Amino acid sequence: MSADWSAIEFVVNGETRNVHVPPMKRLLDVLREDLHLTGSKEGCGEGECGSCSVRMNGELVNSCLVPVLQAQGACIQTVEGLACDGELHPLQQAFLHCGGAQCGICTPGMLIAATHLLTNNPHPTMAEIREGLAGNLCRCTGFKRIFDSVLSAAAQINEPTAQEAAHAR
Amino acid sequence: MRGNAEAHELIAPGSLDAALDLLADEPGEWTPIAGGTELMVAHAAGRLNAKRLMSLWGIQALRFIETTEGNIVIGACTTFRDLRASGAVAADFPLLAQAASWIGSIANQSRATLGGNLVNGSPAADSSPALLVYDAEIELASVRGKRRVPYAEFHTGYKRTVLERDELVYAIHMPRRFARHRQYLRKVGTRRAMAISKVALAANALVENGSVCEIRVAAASLAAFPTRLYRAEDAVRGGAVSTEVIRAARRALLAEVVPIDDIRSTADYRKCVAANLLEEFLVGLQTEPR
Repeated sequence: MSADWSAIEFVVNGETRNVHVPPMKRLLDVLREDLHLTGSKEGCGEGECGSCSVRMNGELVNSCLVPVLQAQGACIQTVEGLACDGELHPLQQAFLHCGGAQCGICTPGMLIAATHLLTNNPHPTMAEIREGLAGNLCRCTGFKRIFDSVLSAAAQINEPTAQEAAHAR
Repeated sequence: MRGNAEAHELIAPGSLDAALDLLADEPGEWTPIAGGTELMVAHAAGRLNAKRLMSLWGIQALRFIETTEGNIVIGACTTFRDLRASGAVAADFPLLAQAASWIGSIANQSRATLGGNLVNGSPAADSSPALLVYDAEIELASVRGKRRVPYAEFHTGYKRTVLERDELVYAIHMPRRFARHRQYLRKVGTRRAMAISKVALAANALVENGSVCEIRVAAASLAAFPTRLYRAEDAVRGGAVSTEVIRAARRALLAEVVPIDDIRSTADYRKCVAANLLEEFLVGLQTEPR
């Protein structure tokens, strides 16, 4: 039996997108196959590894566990939406600087989970970083450099601009 | 991805009434799906038997936390993230708040729902021990009306519940009467995050003048479904917690649990750890609350 396909309209990285797909197609597969946004990766396909992490309406989700029908009308942020006008996001810059990425499979999910963490908690402790990224598995770095990257990015994001510093004086 | 998205129908009825109508019109035909943290795993593995699914995600009438003077009522599609963020849950039902923080990862908690955790019926369900010691009742809805069943009677066997084919879990009710109780919850798994429990034990007790007048103990992963451990409770209720009583309670627990060997642990390990957790709780009762 072939079920009816659905017309899905949602906003991905600030841009309205329309797709016509089976409603049970996973958001991950729609992003990768229909929108050619291949940054989000499939690791385990069962919500354990976090390499498919995206933000949906401000929540961190595993896109492998979201049937696309449930993303109807949603605002989605993927790793492709982090860099702005060719400038890397401070988290991406910190991952580069601190050696937070090796093979790269987990990196998009780590970046999105870290973005989610810093959005809700701009000054995380190491324990909070560990919890925020507990659903994202890395087989290369041993995690320490990833956690250091997030700490470093938080410090940079929170650093007052020269203008603010002058104002504070 | 071994499943075939095209082999499954998925619709979004959009309201509770529309969902109940659909279940009434074709009982057993439609499988509800909320946050998908269970069914989508089966889907990806190519072992999702349900051909026609009905999305409950986004139905606001199922996602709420309401408190009255005597009770809290939690809509079935309330997520574990919602539970963690609720001051009312943290204040009166700290074990449920703690269990919510232990479920999977942040990404799982933002999608997994309390109702889904119960209907899924896993013996290892994280929220279940807490709900059992809080005397939760489950409110079921169908076009025929609503009914309430004690959560302790909700599961009838491995992955089996009292839900009729035209019913949905509507809400979870709990009495707000545990402020003076001593409370305990511990989950034992392979790691702190993400792990499915090898054993989990929740307990609460009201101790007055050195005597245990009320006690409830419940466990996950020690039987075919999460259960109260009534015999262990009976061994403790009505007196002071002595070394003798602890020994008797351990024996009672070991006599009533029926764990299995599986990929996560062994029956022997589960029994031993469960008795140790019970002892940890009871030893805590011997000291004055902080």
